[in-house]
Amino acid sequence: MAFDYDKWIRPGKLPHIWCPGCGHGIVMKGLIRAMETLNLKKEETAVVSGIGCASRLPGYIDCCTLHTAHGRAAAFATGVKMAKPEMNVILVGGDGDGTAIGGNHFIHACRRNIDMTYIIMNNYIYGMTGGQFSPCTPTGHKASTTPYGNPDPGFDIAKLAIGAGATFVARGTAFHANQIDKLIVEAIQHKGFSVVEILDDCPTTYGRRNKYKSVIEMMNRLKEVAVPVKAAEKMTAEQLQGKVLTGVLYKEEVKPEYTAEYAKVIERAKASK
Amino acid sequence: MSKKVAFLQGNEAAAHGALYAGCDFFGGYPITPSTEVAEVMSVELPKVGGKFIQMEDEIGAMAAILGASLAGAKVLTSTSGPGLSLKQELIGYGCIAEIPCVIYNVMRGGPSTGMPTGPSQSDVMCAKWGTHGDHPAICLTPASVQETYEEVIRAFNLSEKYRTPVMVMPDEIIAHMRERIVFPEKGELEVVPRKSPTVSPEQYKPYDTSFGDVPPLAAFGSGYKFHVTGLNKMQDGFPTTKAEIVQAEEERQVRKVDANVDDIVTFEEYMLDDADVVVVAYGSTSRSARYAVNVAREQGIKAGMFRIKTFWPFPDKQIKALAGRVKGIVIPEMNLGMCSLELERCAQGKVPVLGIFRVDGEPINPDQILEKIKEVK
Repeated sequence: MAFDYDKWIRPGKLPHIWCPGCGHGIVMKGLIRAMETLNLKKEETAVVSGIGCASRLPGYIDCCTLHTAHGRAAAFATGVKMAKPEMNVILVGGDGDGTAIGGNHFIHACRRNIDMTYIIMNNYIYGMTGGQFSPCTPTGHKASTTPYGNPDPGFDIAKLAIGAGATFVARGTAFHANQIDKLIVEAIQHKGFSVVEILDDCPTTYGRRNKYKSVIEMMNRLKEVAVPVKAAEKMTAEQLQGKVLTGVLYKEEVKPEYTAEYAKVIERAKASK
Repeated sequence: MSKKVAFLQGNEAAAHGALYAGCDFFGGYPITPSTEVAEVMSVELPKVGGKFIQMEDEIGAMAAILGASLAGAKVLTSTSGPGLSLKQELIGYGCIAEIPCVIYNVMRGGPSTGMPTGPSQSDVMCAKWGTHGDHPAICLTPASVQETYEEVIRAFNLSEKYRTPVMVMPDEIIAHMRERIVFPEKGELEVVPRKSPTVSPEQYKPYDTSFGDVPPLAAFGSGYKFHVTGLNKMQDGFPTTKAEIVQAEEERQVRKVDANVDDIVTFEEYMLDDADVVVVAYGSTSRSARYAVNVAREQGIKAGMFRIKTFWPFPDKQIKALAGRVKGIVIPEMNLGMCSLELERCAQGKVPVLGIFRVDGEPINPDQILEKIKEVK
């Protein structure tokens, strides 16, 4: 029997806003499969986003959904999770939203290790505003505001998250669609701040400026650059040149989770009365 | 039984007022001269099972309280000038998404870093016009430690009643001076609960105007699932660009305050019955004004004071009535003429509005006010 996505989609809210060839829909399907696998309760699940194409995702999902301001998803979500630690809190958004204007909230959510899952759809560009370069646009590539090639070096989101203190960091791609839900399932099950970066593509505002002739060509690029972490162990540095590791990149279970730590603060405060 | 009394700072009183009102979530960022509020909340909130979080920046603090409020908490943040500027983005979010929250802002010298430890009253316009777009604004300006305590409670009540952000803005003098405060008994002061939905989760819409201009707000995690956005939205919470809906929703949001001015606006009239000259004042400046009015009376001048307690919505009706029967209005304020503009608007040229404006970090003293009272002919 075919998987029933409709169960998780709000009636009447499709079609979505995403362009043909955009990877965001693939990520949304992965998230839905993950929520179904984990049998999450819709009323007990908050899906929180910022601003941008990817951040429109919560509007389609039949849960408690919060479409906040640009870059602020992690900070709003921190308030939701602190007030109701029993809720599942899932953040979604794009690379510009999460690592530029929202960069501060992102790294501090990692640092606190608050039990939420952040799915970052990295399409290397600000899509909604028409294709300006983001902190993840590769150096030399073209965007509407880097007509002579991007002079900026880009972020490695996974390294940023690990460095800032996130305790589960994974990466997938829109091409490897069947892996997405598995990574998200593991991320949600992890007790702490988990980051799942999904490389996807914006054919409309990024691909056409950077000589990708078609969506298929962009998808093939994702297929070619992705190397599973296990496979990478057997490869030389030379062979890994230009490749991107996928799978679970980092996981640790020692660092305390933030809301659990605050519960201890409450206990200590009550004992001090 | 005698009531509990204490000798407190305005900022400490604000924190205790919030606790009386049932505040159970505080999100903040350190900033002079408001930090004592965060410090007291960090001590007291966990004792009652509440949550305190120090966020990574002012915007994050504002975001956290909005998120917590949507999850059903009664929320507070505290800040000062530069922080208020940063919070404006999400104050607008609170207005359009209609999320109850209280913002306690201590007014210090500005613009920018200005004088972090000097008093000022130069944030009053920022309270109404700081965030972009049309939106409702409620701002309270207490003039004593006791009043700061009570006005914070009232701010929570107004915020819940009208489902909108409310600001409490003492100047730095009120925030840092110490006075005797008498704590009310539990149940003595009104505490307004949030209007929760009476319909089933299936029927619930977060902006359902069939319940009036202030629709009930469900909490995330309480069995209701719904969508919240900062985009112009329909009654079901989903975004729209339909002209007639956007117009109606924008007008309703502003009307929540505009149609209830008499419920929100509070003020004090001091020796106004036979007054020829009225000193309009707010915050710590009103304390100098009261002294000046007393001295003027001793000298045979019929002076009085109109003390603004609710700065926004502005007491238009009362000021217009005063302008019709006095010879002049004196406005001392620690800015270069902000309240003065509102008074001129209300006076409509009927009487002169004489300003005393100080932005040097020093309080306005009674002599300056008395001198100006005498200029009114």
